[in-house]
Amino acid sequence: MSLLIYAESADGKFKKVAFELASYAKKVAESLGTTVTAVTVNAGNVSDLSKYGVDKVLKVTNDKLGNFNAKAYADVVKQAAQKEGAKVILLSSTTDSLYMAPLVAVGLEAGFASNVVGLPISTSPFQVKRTAFSNKAFNITEIATDVKVLSLAKNSYGVFESAASTTEEDFAPSLNEADFNVKVASVEKATGKVTIADADVVVSGGRGLKGPENWGILEDLASVLGAATACSKPVSDLGWRPHSEHVGQTGKPVATNLYIAVGISGAIQHIAGINSSKVKVVINSDAEAPFFKVADYGIVGDAFDILPRLTEKLAAFKAQNA
Amino acid sequence: MKILVCISHVPDTTSKINFVNGDAEFDTNGVQFVINPNDEFGLTRAIWFQEQQGANVTVVNVGGPDTEPTLRKALAIGANEAIRVNATPTDGFFVAKQLAEVVKQGQYDLVICGKESLDYNGGMVPGMLAGLLDYNFVNSCTELTIDGSAAKAAREIDGGKETISASLPLVIGGQKGLVEEKDLRIPNMRGIMTARTKVLTVLEPVSANNNTKAVKFEKPAPKSAVKLFAADDLDGLINALHNEAKVI
Ligand SMILES: Cc1cc2nc3c(=O)[nH]c(=O)nc-3n(C[C@H](O)[C@H](O)[C@H](O)COP(=O)(O)OP(=O)(O)OC[C@H]3O[C@@H](n4cnc5c(N)ncnc54)[C@H](O)[C@@H]3O)c2cc1C
Repeated sequence: MSLLIYAESADGKFKKVAFELASYAKKVAESLGTTVTAVTVNAGNVSDLSKYGVDKVLKVTNDKLGNFNAKAYADVVKQAAQKEGAKVILLSSTTDSLYMAPLVAVGLEAGFASNVVGLPISTSPFQVKRTAFSNKAFNITEIATDVKVLSLAKNSYGVFESAASTTEEDFAPSLNEADFNVKVASVEKATGKVTIADADVVVSGGRGLKGPENWGILEDLASVLGAATACSKPVSDLGWRPHSEHVGQTGKPVATNLYIAVGISGAIQHIAGINSSKVKVVINSDAEAPFFKVADYGIVGDAFDILPRLTEKLAAFKAQNA
Repeated sequence: MKILVCISHVPDTTSKINFVNGDAEFDTNGVQFVINPNDEFGLTRAIWFQEQQGANVTVVNVGGPDTEPTLRKALAIGANEAIRVNATPTDGFFVAKQLAEVVKQGQYDLVICGKESLDYNGGMVPGMLAGLLDYNFVNSCTELTIDGSAAKAAREIDGGKETISASLPLVIGGQKGLVEEKDLRIPNMRGIMTARTKVLTVLEPVSANNNTKAVKFEKPAPKSAVKLFAADDLDGLINALHNEAKVI
């Protein structure tokens, strides 16, 4: 029996969430008195996992798995879990991992808890804390089944190094033709742009920026910080920014280290989606804006005055601390 | 084409979130319930298939009698009929199991769920349902067209979008994009009147394991007050972000 993680990669490189998941798995495995096995799909060089406490890697290399396919990947994880006799299977909360997690759970007749934050509260009975009601509450969930599937909320645990001597093994699960009935026809992905899902910093603009022509000052700030840009719902509804930038309860969730909101009032639906970000900064001309109630740092003032000066100062700061 | 739209009955997004019974249950007192926003996009898309391609649309909810106004609203928006599985939705697997039974009985070709419901945010029902039925599955689905038994879909991926081809029977976890926000349907008077006479069937649940159990709820610890910096003290902010918050 070991604990299994699916260490997600893209273009042969592990995502940061894979290391966070490994760090988390290491701690859970310790409390269960077991080891960590990672299964990888077309990940290339997997040696980085040894820095985060992974004892064994099952390497799957298969061209048929070149594009993500939820059923096939779920099948891979299921077979890896069965091979290892794993009772606890951990996944991250990327779009792909969330897509496959319920399929893994059904395949293994396992109870599934998503959005898990923090280490299990107890392992017998097995209880975890998860977010619910769009970050307005936590729910303590007990998983009663023998095999358990958990998905860890993004950026909720952190990345911690823990050196391990890792063994690597090639693993060739049998793939089911029917799993490939859902076929990827094409993938459109902005290249060279930080995505909201991967960013450590997100700079977000609201209706207070008055119009799409003013987004330059926000993009300049984002570029100095290596940040992704995002926006409030009305901004995307008005067509000022693409829908893919809409964050909040009905848009993309944001769980980043630093979230900077500019000209965003802080409506409850907006906050629900971004509240699991670690540090929140608000820049708003209205001192009564609700965002100030949830922010860590704030400036009451005009975005058009503040942003260019902030960008300039941050650029100088970055240059000095580089 | 027979379409089943799974409707989750959730608190309005502005609801106060409180708990009762020793923090074991959500406090529904004074809370207004609505069709889960992700499901609303899916329902409107289903009505489009009904109007343009002659599809028959059934809506279903797993819940107590108190959820019927939400199903009536879906009927008023245009669904042909409704089913309520008379059970308290204890966890995602339980709900998926009930829905799987409804799909098997009704032989639906397309099952439209929302990718996540805005109460428990489990995000697991569509995938579990697809797994139980062994149907094709597209999650985070933002576009869907059907031609005969062929489906073309798009799904949101981190940093972009993927176009997908699949065939019926199919389960989707839908979201914004399936239809434009401005095209979302609101019930009109005629819809509300006809909804009253549409069929709403109540089914008893099938047995299902309780794989997980919500033990209790907690509210986040109160936040400390915001630290304000004057508009001419940007160095103060940068300093705090670097030395105190350690995020830059
Ligand atoms: C069911 C439902 C779901 C929703 N989901 C979401 C969601 O997912 N995400 C989301 O964002 N919203 C969502 N909303 C909308 C939400 O209620 C708010 O309407 C929206 O967040 C407001 O956007 P905003 O802050 O950009 O605009 P406003 O509320 O108009 O705020 C603009 C702010 O800019 C400030 N401002 C103006 N000029 C300046 C200046 N020169 N400098 C600095 N500040 C300035 C103003 O003081 C004001 O606070 C949802 C609503 C509903 C009903």
